[in-house]
Amino acid sequence: MHKIWLIIQREYLTRVRKKSFIIMTFLTPLLLAAFMVIPAWLATISDSEDVVMVLDESGLFADKLESKEDLKIIPIAAGSLEQAKTVYQETDYTALLHIPQLDLDKPEGIRLYSKKNTSLQVKFRLENMLEKEIESQRFMASGIDREMLNKMKANVTMTTVNLSESGERDSNVWVTSGAGIIGAVIIYFFIFLYGVQIMRGVIEEKTNRIVEVMISSVKPFQLMMGKIVGIAGVGLTQFLLWVVLSTIVVGGVQAAFDIKPSPTPIEQMQAGRDLATGEESAQTQEESQANMLSEVSSAISNLNFPLLLGCFLFYFLGGYLLYGSLFGAIGAAVDNETDTQQFMFPITIPLIISFIMSYTVVIQNPDGPVAFWMSIIPFTSPIVMMVRIPFGVPASELLLSMGLLILGFIFTTWIASRIYRVGILMYGKKINYKELSKWLFYRV
Amino acid sequence: MSILKIDGVTKRYANHTALDNVSFDIPAGCIFGLLGPNGAGKTSLIRIITQITGADSGEIYFKGEKLRPSHIKDMGYLPEERGLYKKMKVGEQLLYLAQLKGLTKDEATARIKEWVVRFEIKDWMNKHIEDLSKGMQQKVQFMATVMHEPSLIILDEPFSGFDPINANLIKDEILRLRDNGATIIFSTHRMESVEELCDNIALINRSRKVLDGPVREIKDTYKTDTYQVIGNGQLLITSPDFEVLEQHDNHGVFRASIRLLDGASPNDLLRYLIQRVEVHSFVELVPSINDIFIRKVKETYHA
Repeated sequence: MHKIWLIIQREYLTRVRKKSFIIMTFLTPLLLAAFMVIPAWLATISDSEDVVMVLDESGLFADKLESKEDLKIIPIAAGSLEQAKTVYQETDYTALLHIPQLDLDKPEGIRLYSKKNTSLQVKFRLENMLEKEIESQRFMASGIDREMLNKMKANVTMTTVNLSESGERDSNVWVTSGAGIIGAVIIYFFIFLYGVQIMRGVIEEKTNRIVEVMISSVKPFQLMMGKIVGIAGVGLTQFLLWVVLSTIVVGGVQAAFDIKPSPTPIEQMQAGRDLATGEESAQTQEESQANMLSEVSSAISNLNFPLLLGCFLFYFLGGYLLYGSLFGAIGAAVDNETDTQQFMFPITIPLIISFIMSYTVVIQNPDGPVAFWMSIIPFTSPIVMMVRIPFGVPASELLLSMGLLILGFIFTTWIASRIYRVGILMYGKKINYKELSKWLFYRV
Repeated sequence: MSILKIDGVTKRYANHTALDNVSFDIPAGCIFGLLGPNGAGKTSLIRIITQITGADSGEIYFKGEKLRPSHIKDMGYLPEERGLYKKMKVGEQLLYLAQLKGLTKDEATARIKEWVVRFEIKDWMNKHIEDLSKGMQQKVQFMATVMHEPSLIILDEPFSGFDPINANLIKDEILRLRDNGATIIFSTHRMESVEELCDNIALINRSRKVLDGPVREIKDTYKTDTYQVIGNGQLLITSPDFEVLEQHDNHGVFRASIRLLDGASPNDLLRYLIQRVEVHSFVELVPSINDIFIRKVKETYHA
């Protein structure tokens, strides 16, 4: 045990002291902060108001189009289109809207002139305003009162509620999916990044020829496990530092520049929906956004954090150990990194599949058969189960999955240690799968 | 007393037998040569002794006990393929390897200090291994092998890669270690390189032991009672006691290899020669280990 501890220490310390580790650890939070802050900052400076000149030859919209906070409407007195164009050319206004004589039943020929390409948003909003106005006029013509119509409109937002033994809890599909996906993504990248490090470490020891010195002092299994655990420590350190540093840096930058964080996907969705429902819901928009936010925050606080965090750590380590020992075995089986391809393939496939499935099939139907089986099978469970957990997984399934992951880890470690003890002393031989399978039952 | 007793060790790999029922003893406190051509099975045997692999059958006894994992810290092994962690500093590396052999951190630090003085490498301690020359790396590796003061030191092809000065330094160290009570096993295919150092040897060929024992006894057994004589005059041997194996004459100077037959002594030969020619040099032709090996291998194949 003492020797394994020495090996863990060495593996950990040599990596943590590397320049690349230090740079990565400090640079990533800064980049993250930059990604969060710069778009938000850009949004605040580019949010200048749009000014649109309107030449209304029909006379139908003359005083009906109202300026909004960030979209100013300047009607121009009658004149020809050509005159309006020359006037527009001399201004720095966003666009010129030309409304010709219109037939209300067939509103055609409306044009928007601009020097640069107008943004879609401006176009949509203008179209929306015109549509509204034309609709109103049509309603008037057919004797329906606009006010009346507004009263009749319905606006439904559903609140999803989880019914469980512990009582009712507001839930939010976006928050739940988000929490799961984030965990799954982190596990996926962690397995890849650090699994490959294990493999490189083993290859390094092999090509350095230190391996024979080492295993005349320690057992191959100790050497392998020491490396795997040591590198896991490096990964956890980096992960924790990222979390802490990111929080500090992002918080600091926000405080310093007084920037609102860029909208979350949820807010963007909401915004998109509002745009579609149109301007008249402007008053309700703010209300519903506030609703949404409180819903999100209550959903976040309703997530079972201890369970989520506990499961995350379990699958994080379980998945890493399961794949890590296989990566170690690959390193032992080859002489240099270029030979690793053929063995990497079968290891990366289940990882990639479970990653893709988790944000397609699993997230859409977290209790479906695909999600169930993939969250039970040890090779895919670390990623897929993470996505399912926030939606609520029966304790029995969770225990089954965890138990199988432990068994899977013991199984892959057994295989890996068998391959490892033969492979590390094998040089200059091209290894194929048949050869590898023989190694499993070699007496050493 | 033997420090290591190898008893009927057999090791098979998928396609060939590396060791076939090999038995011999290694006496404590000697320098032991494990000799044989490449691929004879030397490294396989060493890997069994150092418990890197296990034997298929047979036993090995270390200090009278069956080999077990705890014996490892009483052995030091310098493999033929040398290697160190390139990115580690010399000091750290030595400390790490010594601790893996069971020394405490303090013990290891103290030992490193001693060796640093002995090998005059104080300036290297904070250098990375990759910045050292190959010879320096070999020195560090040798230190790592013997740092924990093992009673059995196994050196596989120890002099390959050393320049003559460092090779002598290592030779002196080996003798010093032996005098301090350690047993040293040399494994090499260059038999002439260790002949002068070894007290005992074992010859291995094609996975079998061919011969083992003290070097002096072996040489006595295999000596052919042949003497080389150089001198002036016309040498013509007619006595039935002596047989001329080889003779060259050059402007009155002769050089001849003469074998004693039927209990004749070297003095008989000398007396016989002195009466006839002027003797400048009279030397016994002792067979080298290499010669013995070749003879022995031929014998085993003809038999």
